[in-house]
Amino acid sequence: MPSINRSKTKTPMPSQDPEERSRNFNEVALGYAKEDAINEAMRCLNCKKPTCVEGCPVHVQIPNFIKHIVEEDFEGAIKVIKETNNLPAICGRVCPQEEQCEQRCVLAKRGEPVGIGRLERFAADWEMQNGIKVPEKPAPRGKKVAVIGSGPAGLTCAGDLAKLGYEVTVFEAFHEPGGVLIYGIPEFRLPKAIVRQEVEFIKKLGVEVKTNMVMGQVLTVDDLLEREGYDAVFIGTGAGLPKFLNIPGENYLGVYSANEFLTRINLMKAYNFPETDTPVKVGKKVAVVGGGNVAMDAARSALRMGAQEVHIIYRRSEEEMPARKEEVEHAKEEGIIFNFLTNPVRILGDENGWVKGIECIRMELGEPDASGRRRPVPVKGSEFVLEMDTVIIAIGTGPNPLLIRATEGIKLNKYGYIETDENGKTSKEGVWAGGDIVTGAATVILAMGAGKKAAQSIHEYLQNK
Amino acid sequence: MFRILERKDLSSSIKQFVIDAPLVARKAKAGQFVILRIKDGGERIPLTIADFDAQKGTVTVVFQEVGKTTKELGTLQAGDSIADFVGPLGEPVDFPHHKKVLGIGGGLGVAPLYPKLKLLKEKGVEVTSIIGARSADLLIMEDEVRAVSDRMFVCTDDGSKGRHGFVTVVLKELLEQGERFDEIIIIGPPILMKIGAEITRPYGIPTMVSLNPIMVDGTGMCGCCRVTVGGETKFACVDGPAFDGHKVDFDELIKRLQTYRDEEKIAMEKYEGGKCRCHQ
Repeated sequence: MPSINRSKTKTPMPSQDPEERSRNFNEVALGYAKEDAINEAMRCLNCKKPTCVEGCPVHVQIPNFIKHIVEEDFEGAIKVIKETNNLPAICGRVCPQEEQCEQRCVLAKRGEPVGIGRLERFAADWEMQNGIKVPEKPAPRGKKVAVIGSGPAGLTCAGDLAKLGYEVTVFEAFHEPGGVLIYGIPEFRLPKAIVRQEVEFIKKLGVEVKTNMVMGQVLTVDDLLEREGYDAVFIGTGAGLPKFLNIPGENYLGVYSANEFLTRINLMKAYNFPETDTPVKVGKKVAVVGGGNVAMDAARSALRMGAQEVHIIYRRSEEEMPARKEEVEHAKEEGIIFNFLTNPVRILGDENGWVKGIECIRMELGEPDASGRRRPVPVKGSEFVLEMDTVIIAIGTGPNPLLIRATEGIKLNKYGYIETDENGKTSKEGVWAGGDIVTGAATVILAMGAGKKAAQSIHEYLQNK
Repeated sequence: MFRILERKDLSSSIKQFVIDAPLVARKAKAGQFVILRIKDGGERIPLTIADFDAQKGTVTVVFQEVGKTTKELGTLQAGDSIADFVGPLGEPVDFPHHKKVLGIGGGLGVAPLYPKLKLLKEKGVEVTSIIGARSADLLIMEDEVRAVSDRMFVCTDDGSKGRHGFVTVVLKELLEQGERFDEIIIIGPPILMKIGAEITRPYGIPTMVSLNPIMVDGTGMCGCCRVTVGGETKFACVDGPAFDGHKVDFDELIKRLQTYRDEEKIAMEKYEGGKCRCHQ
């Protein structure tokens, strides 16, 4: 067997046939078999100065774990990953590797980078199939930390602190932990069984998870610090408040925020209705407004719920679209129709208040705006109507006000997100924050990176307290 | 799991549960609500907090069996448990400088009205109440409301108890007789709140209503419960559920409540074992 694979392209990952998968919720990408993984791992040059590691927000020791895969030591591989990453099965599936580790891979200069995400997923899945090893519990430090929110930031922070010997409680508003990993990202991209296993791993580290706890309402940050005996608090409540377009007709029946649409399907399992009790209504023709990962998730979910025609409406061009390339490719393969440089003007309804169409205007690209992307400007007189019976708004989210408004003395920025230093420390003594509630809607891995940094900073603080 | 400590049948279709939920009880205030889910696979439904006792750690909810989930809830007995019980949610109400208030509750709306009147009474406010229902059988919490009212009117649509007619008839009479209030609270079916708010509007009396749109999470993250108030979109779960009745777009609320009418029928027929005709 050769020790190096000089192929310029990634070892292909098997996936479900587009025609078939567009009607089911099973995972699209099927993962590497052992041979695929070893073959791909042999593409890694094991660079002396691994730039890929710098591209990873949680600094997974990438060449090191890949070397273990080449040697068929999969247990060693996952051990290396888990030194810095508590949720590898999730990251391997939903990280935008093309903008992070893989972008920095030297092979990317002359061809495709090493499929780092695919290899991470392989190692994590291998462990799940072969029994998860829980590290030995460290000696308890006798100090308690509360983590608010059980999304990627909260779970990472909780896991790291538990590994350091702290008594950690995670408070989750919903009936099931996982945050956006459960309510937002669909089953076909991130199976919920995987999320549950990762949460189980965090629990096995000694973390207690309390569900049904809408923090700010049932307990405040001050309650935790003053009455409940916590020595520090980490806020990872995400950016859960859906934004609407503020155009006429947005409250017609059949108009959803992507959050509502996806929550009904993912968390409440509306695809099983009436076996489960929560319904969702999906018409024959569905428009999804927006160009991010959430828009792709909503569009592909609508298709799987039985829609005949699903449109993405995005005001800029394909180049500016923020969604992961892989998700866009998958959406195209499944038959999602993309309307670029198109902006909704108003939503049209019938006499009973149901959506019947969406009026849009054509856009053209002008000068670059603050984000560096060329600003879309409307083309006068180019309005047209797309007939639709469901409209899903996926143009982003803002900070949820519930906890923030109940937390005195915490400084916010002008957009209403929590202000922190580079380690996640807020203006309030003993309180840290990280993830989307600090940065605005971003990625799973960035939230994890923030949770990690905050855990380290909390550790330093509590050692000196 | 959350245990049902007491069950009381207020009518053939309206039930009252006292739930063991100390954390919710400790923070609950008048005007707030809870979301509950009976079991895995169940839907999350909002229910008003009809009463709470921080010391005993209990929360009282009142519900009418109108759909699959409330029917199923109605089969539970004292000693049974429900999977999830989340709250207190929504903004509490406050009546900072009030001296004289009129509270109107129609049908199930008497339940959310009661804690507000109780709060007013505790603050020494003069309370007049009008409560009503379709018939005497459906009239709820009469004794509780009387205990916190200086004056109480009872109405039924069919005349089987108290005044024959709608609660809004008494409202109109009081206002026409020259009675004035610092605030009027109207809670009941959307159409009742709409008509009531129209009656008080010409008098310029602040009118509070409490809205009951469809919700999923109840924490502001889905926007399903959005209502138009004064031309602006509000989320009833975090901005409400109490709003200025003179500013609410009730027609939109009434329409939006119909969103899942077909699905509600399907769920109900499946639950009751009847043959679902929707797919024929």
